[in-house]
Amino acid sequence: MPSSQAPGAAQPKSTPERDVTPRAEASTDVKSVMSASEIARAVTRMSHELLELAGGAEDLVILGILTRGVPLAQRIAGAVSDTEGVEVASGELDITMYRDDLRSQPLRPVGRTVLPGSIDNKTIVPVDDVLFSGRTIQASLLALADLGRPANILLVVLVDRGHRELPIQAHIVGRSLPTARNEQVRVSMTELDGVDEVTIESETSTL
Amino acid sequence: MKHLLGIEGMTFDDIQAILATAEEMHEVQQRPIKKLPTLRGRTVVNLFFEDSTRTRSSFELAAKWLSADAINVAAKGSSASKGESMRDTLTTLDAMGIDAIVMRHAGSGSVAQAAGWVKASMINAGDGTHEHPTQALLDAHAMLRNFRANDLGTLEGKEVVIVGDLLHSRVVRSNALLLPQLGAHVTLVAPPTLLPPGVGAWNVDVSHDLDAVLPGADVVMMLRVQRERMLGGFFPSEREYTIRYGLTAQRLQKLKPHAVIAHPGPLNRGLEISSAAADSARSIVLDQVSAGVAVRMSVLYHLLAA
Repeated sequence: MPSSQAPGAAQPKSTPERDVTPRAEASTDVKSVMSASEIARAVTRMSHELLELAGGAEDLVILGILTRGVPLAQRIAGAVSDTEGVEVASGELDITMYRDDLRSQPLRPVGRTVLPGSIDNKTIVPVDDVLFSGRTIQASLLALADLGRPANILLVVLVDRGHRELPIQAHIVGRSLPTARNEQVRVSMTELDGVDEVTIESETSTL
Repeated sequence: MKHLLGIEGMTFDDIQAILATAEEMHEVQQRPIKKLPTLRGRTVVNLFFEDSTRTRSSFELAAKWLSADAINVAAKGSSASKGESMRDTLTTLDAMGIDAIVMRHAGSGSVAQAAGWVKASMINAGDGTHEHPTQALLDAHAMLRNFRANDLGTLEGKEVVIVGDLLHSRVVRSNALLLPQLGAHVTLVAPPTLLPPGVGAWNVDVSHDLDAVLPGADVVMMLRVQRERMLGGFFPSEREYTIRYGLTAQRLQKLKPHAVIAHPGPLNRGLEISSAAADSARSIVLDQVSAGVAVRMSVLYHLLAA
């Protein structure tokens, strides 16, 4: 049995306390599924696909959905700007106030929506790290509807992990990742996490 | 947080979270479509046993912009004027299945007492001479926004001078509890007859000489002389009060270049504040009003969203 006692710590008394009795231990299995260079190539490809789909960078507004959609959106906007030689508009979209699960969750801090200007008649490109149930995207569509009337909305995600609960699909996907529902897909971005990586974590029960 | 009864009882984290969310709510105020779906299906009752314009209407706007249903119950014209007790009024409203009651009442401590009677969240919109927490939060918020817009930093190390009828003021107590927590130093200025009892225990300095403290002030907050609460002779005449404690056009000259003037309203122009001061470029009176909606949206979000 692995002991949680540090060396030199007081020995358990004759009646052991609850937290030192043997019990099943959950361990987390972490698997890396996208490396930094794979993410970089995906970003480059998605930027080209976006330009092709939108027919140019004119009237594009690339909006990162908080939190990890923001650095992704900045990178895509940077790549699009480099390719086209024009500065493409970008911003940030916070959807906290539009979530449909506020009541069932602990209170979330509200983030900031930053728009480069009016979104009316623009091609809006929401960017998120992981597409899962689709509820975040639904919330972002509601948020966009309150901010104006885009001509077009094109969804870009780095990872599509399936398990949709709503009729929502991304236009451009970095990587389609088959997952089990109880697995956790984590996207790390250098700007926020110090490293570029996508991992899948699954809880495996031992004992 | 379940209730907002006063600055007393709020943790520092609660305060910071409410001020941070208020900042984001300002962005909504600038939008052409001022509506968030966040509190859809929640009901907020404004229950005012005392008169109010800005507090009541800004709570109502805040609730509506968050998609909550808001109704107003004024004591005048309600069963309270037929002799119904405060407790019966509250439990009756509570039984309708509402989520929050924003209450103003002349009794100090009445809102905290009400919190023990109802299932809804209670929000103190002013209880007697005790507290008016959303006013202090919006004052701090308006000051912070002004400092940031002028590259003057935060409230840390700032001198806030609060002048006026402090005896009858719930705003001063909430501000005296809040502002020092945010790093500001507070000096209260009033005639000895208008100082609240127990002020010696507050984390503030007290002065009777407005001219001496004005040059050091970053914020001068003028509080209303509450004529409706004054039965006795608290000062010899209004004219003498104005001469000693009013923010007159001459006194404006003593202020530092970046100092601002605040007033929670309603203003007694010519008594505690001159029109020269109220309408000057230094005045943040209207910024306080717009901060009021943002802060109250934030409070409703924090109490009702989760």
